[in-house]
Amino acid sequence: MRIGLIIAFLALVALLYTGLFLKPREVPSPLVGKPAPAFDLPRLAQEARFSPAEMRGKVWLFNVWASWCVSCREEHPVLIDFAKMKRAPLIGLNYKDPRDDAVRWLARYGDPYDFSVVDADGRIGIDYGVYGVPETYVIDRAGVIRFKQIGPVTPDVLQKKILPLIAELER
Amino acid sequence: MKALARAFALGVALLAAGASAREAPLVAADEKVEQRLMRIAEELRCLVCQNESLAASRADLAMDLKREVRELIKSGKSDDEIREFLVRRYGDFVLYRPPLKESTLALWVGPFALLVAGVAGAAIFLRRRRATAAPTLSPEDERRAEQLLKGGEPK
Repeated sequence: MRIGLIIAFLALVALLYTGLFLKPREVPSPLVGKPAPAFDLPRLAQEARFSPAEMRGKVWLFNVWASWCVSCREEHPVLIDFAKMKRAPLIGLNYKDPRDDAVRWLARYGDPYDFSVVDADGRIGIDYGVYGVPETYVIDRAGVIRFKQIGPVTPDVLQKKILPLIAELER
Repeated sequence: MKALARAFALGVALLAAGASAREAPLVAADEKVEQRLMRIAEELRCLVCQNESLAASRADLAMDLKREVRELIKSGKSDDEIREFLVRRYGDFVLYRPPLKESTLALWVGPFALLVAGVAGAAIFLRRRRATAAPTLSPEDERRAEQLLKGGEPK
């Protein structure tokens, strides 16, 4: 009887303890494993437009950013490093950002993107299930989302998740 | 020929209806849309401030999502279709009443399982206590106790 109670108590402690380290803010995306939603958006500070269909046959990264987003500053050096590796195309989704602010931000901190597309009213963000900028998607050759990073890409996430995944998808 | 004419007339009528709807949205109709929006949004979670419903939230994303839902209502989508639209993008997490399936089983059954376990535990505990905590008196002891209560000397 007493041992049963102690076991029950320890089980409860274990349950609550693991609960301390879960991240309720990271909602698993239902989009992983699904085709990346289609769109056709103007590029930032360029005449051309872009649609994800153009990237068929390539593994690429799609990064949601904004000049007003504080965590994007934190993530920015990691993206610059990634761009220097020339490992895969990196395309930005400039999310709900005044054009001038976005251009100035890139001029000031450096532009890691092949180019960015402009999602002025956040519609495409909703299609991609964006709820907290920055978010990053790894999209495979067939246009399927294979990974989603919610919040900034850290050097750790880049080294341990994104780079190995790119290598695997390119095989 | 007659059928063709009828189809044409119907097309014109529809176009006219569409045009008038765009021109001056009726206040009453809009209010209906808002009411439906609020009813749906009460049952949806705001993803930015997770303990708030979409209806109550003033977060930027919540406003955008409400705009999206409003447009879906206006385009004649059913409540289920609208919920489906959001679940496809954000997962079951947006629903305050998630569907019963494998991944949500613990959520639906858990509290009842805990309740049953608690009641069972309490029942077992009480039964054992009753078994040990109520010693019965022998007829001899009972007689002595009665005498003591009456104020007599125990023999």
